[in-house]
Amino acid sequence: MLEQILTPWRWQNLFTQWPALLQAFLTTLVASVLALILALLLGVIFGLMSTSHHRLPRAIARIYVEFFQNTPLMIQLFFVFFALPYAGISLPSFTCGVLCVGVYTGAYISEVVRAGIQSIPQGQFEAAYSQGFTYLQTMLLIILPQTVKIILPPLVNQCVNLIKNTSVLAMIAGGDLMYVANNWATNGNASYGPAYLISGVLYFLLCFPLSTWARRYEEKLKQQDIQKPAAGKEVAA
Amino acid sequence: MIKLTHIDKFFGNLHVLKDVNLQVAEGEKLVIIGPSGSGKSTTVRCMNFLEEPTSGEVYINGVQLTHKNKTEIVRNSTAMVFQQFNLYPHMTVLENLTLAPIKLQKVPKAEAVERAYKYLDIVGLREKADNYPATLSGGQQQRVAIARALCSRAKIILFDEPTSALDPETVQEVLDVMIRLASEKNITMVIVTHEMGFARQVADRVIFMDHGRIVEEGPPEHFFTNPTEERTKAFLSKILR
Repeated sequence: MLEQILTPWRWQNLFTQWPALLQAFLTTLVASVLALILALLLGVIFGLMSTSHHRLPRAIARIYVEFFQNTPLMIQLFFVFFALPYAGISLPSFTCGVLCVGVYTGAYISEVVRAGIQSIPQGQFEAAYSQGFTYLQTMLLIILPQTVKIILPPLVNQCVNLIKNTSVLAMIAGGDLMYVANNWATNGNASYGPAYLISGVLYFLLCFPLSTWARRYEEKLKQQDIQKPAAGKEVAA
Repeated sequence: MIKLTHIDKFFGNLHVLKDVNLQVAEGEKLVIIGPSGSGKSTTVRCMNFLEEPTSGEVYINGVQLTHKNKTEIVRNSTAMVFQQFNLYPHMTVLENLTLAPIKLQKVPKAEAVERAYKYLDIVGLREKADNYPATLSGGQQQRVAIARALCSRAKIILFDEPTSALDPETVQEVLDVMIRLASEKNITMVIVTHEMGFARQVADRVIFMDHGRIVEEGPPEHFFTNPTEERTKAFLSKILR
């Protein structure tokens, strides 16, 4: 172990590969952003469905959540990448990865959104309906903005998980950070230590600022609710 | 203006409204009183379909409320003030007041702001426009909620126990605003309240409900001095000490 990490040539060798590593880092970044957009979209849609008064949308949301939460991401990915081509659906590995990680995380996010909506007092819905807002307006203008503060910490947890989960791309040669690090490590020189250390650091660099930002944002929002009127913001009579 | 015919309402097996028939004329100030659980809140909540009756019909300006048209009719004709204020906590007072006019009535922003300040003046809270609701006292929040209701320019304002959640010392400031509002001839007010002195002062007509039925109704002078029904007498003797 120590030999692995303390041998300079292994590190030199690794750093001569930095363009490939950078490329892989960017692939992971882009895959994460795209999957996150998909996951948030699905999360909000299915989160809304699971708080519906009607049984059908609730049931559909339930099935979605239970299915994707209770089967391994890896199997979902392998199914889409290796099995679907036999049904005539052949997707590039990057697309497969984004799709699977997005849909998988969407299931978790929809549960976060559902819990957030259910934590808003009934009176908020009633006030909105009594003013004549439609269901969708009520959700988008009044309810969901109020849930942000509540769901942000678990939401960011899910985002961080999503970024880390994009490493499943390595299993289908997705060209992501994990894949390239793995390739390099196993490519004859057996430099596992440096490869996984460096890729780990790079994942950390992606995730840590995100969770830090979210924590600060949450604090700011909490402050805002008890904010006194800002000086000079008084509108003249 | 408002008409309820043969309203029945069940919550599960609980029969909360039993054949309620009621008409409110334009500009009338109707006060509904009664013990808790008598169905008075449910009655007023049926008027804007926050509760849809199990059977019976609700008419607003001659149009029957249905599940389909309720949003539009409620948007144009009614506003509501709640026991728990229900201001939007993530918005400033001004944003609370301008949201519906801007988004629903397509009022230009400048005009909506001007309207908001006008009604903030009426409730005496102009200087709180940029505050968030959480920084206001209960009485102030309820006055903002009344201003929000007025901003919709609805001709019917429904009050569901507007002072019941307030500290005793802030009740009067809210009642004062409502008394001033009651002098507006063209606003129809339906008020569920336990404030008998206030009811006597503003009501054109008082309705007493018990166990989901309208037991007695009449002008306040008759009602408070000379009720005919035994249940009304019993209730009033308990509440007017």
